Amino acid sequence: MNSERIVSVRTYAVVWVSLLILTVTTTGIAFIDLGGWNGFVAVTIGIVKALLVILYFMHIRFSQRLTWVFAGAGFFWLAILLGLTMSDTLTRAPVPPPTVATQVGVQPR
Amino acid sequence: MSEANLALAHQFDDPEQQLDASTTGMWVFLATEVMFFGGMFLGYTAYRLAYPEAFADASNLLDVWLGSINTAVLICSSFTMALAVHSAAEGRRQKIILFLILTMILGAIFLGIKFYEYYHKYEEHLIPGENFTYAGPSPRQAEIFLSFYFAMTGMHAFHMIIGFGLQTYLVIEAWRDRFSAAYHTPVELIGLYWHFVDIVWIFLFPLLYLVGRHL
Repeated sequence: MNSERIVSVRTYAVVWVSLLILTVTTTGIAFIDLGGWNGFVAVTIGIVKALLVILYFMHIRFSQRLTWVFAGAGFFWLAILLGLTMSDTLTRAPVPPPTVATQVGVQPR
Repeated sequence: MSEANLALAHQFDDPEQQLDASTTGMWVFLATEVMFFGGMFLGYTAYRLAYPEAFADASNLLDVWLGSINTAVLICSSFTMALAVHSAAEGRRQKIILFLILTMILGAIFLGIKFYEYYHKYEEHLIPGENFTYAGPSPRQAEIFLSFYFAMTGMHAFHMIIGFGLQTYLVIEAWRDRFSAAYHTPVELIGLYWHFVDIVWIFLFPLLYLVGRHL
């Protein structure tokens, strides 16, 4: 058994307390108006929490590089999924409401 | 069985390589899970960008306090799961069982609070469908938000119930003294699964419960 794999209880406890503090922080910040940045801050704190769980609780920090590749692959493809879809939905021009002509099936002139 | 577990499968050089192979395989499975939940997160994001006000209004129907308590409960259960894996790596049988049971109790508290929330939504006619009633300005769009809420938290709860079953299996196997410092791969892999389920909730909580406070 590789001794490097065994993360100390102390490390787990520090990560656990950090995650609880970040949970309180994200809930608290949600009640403060950041002028449109609330969503961004909430997701950023979420990413930090997820990284703490992945690196320490899931031992990725102490894993071999091949495991990094597989762990990264899922999130890499998720980034493609979100990135390409958002490049469409965020750049669409607003669609005008249907006119009376199109509603009754008459071709607009 | 215990002897067979300890034995090294012939295709591996040493136990460490065997554990690395199992861990990598588990991460391949988790990558498919990232894609599975990713589809729902994508749908949520697209509709939230389309109807930001309606999603914020509908989000206020959810109880932030129950949501944040549940987040804390789930983080604690991830911590006890990490300690169970740690105990397994040290070959301490009683501690594995203790921490697994603690994890399951915390998981049960989470599901209990979730059930209580669902029941309230049912009583308030907020389940999308025939009886959906909503007093706010855009009921159809609020219904879309609640559909995402039930689909995403429902799939998450379903994963937790599966995790519960897997942990029951681990408790029984640990009770039978099947794990040792040399062989505890199932504890390690089910631990990875449980932490993944925790990560899903880490994103569900702000996206579903907190968007309503401020856009």
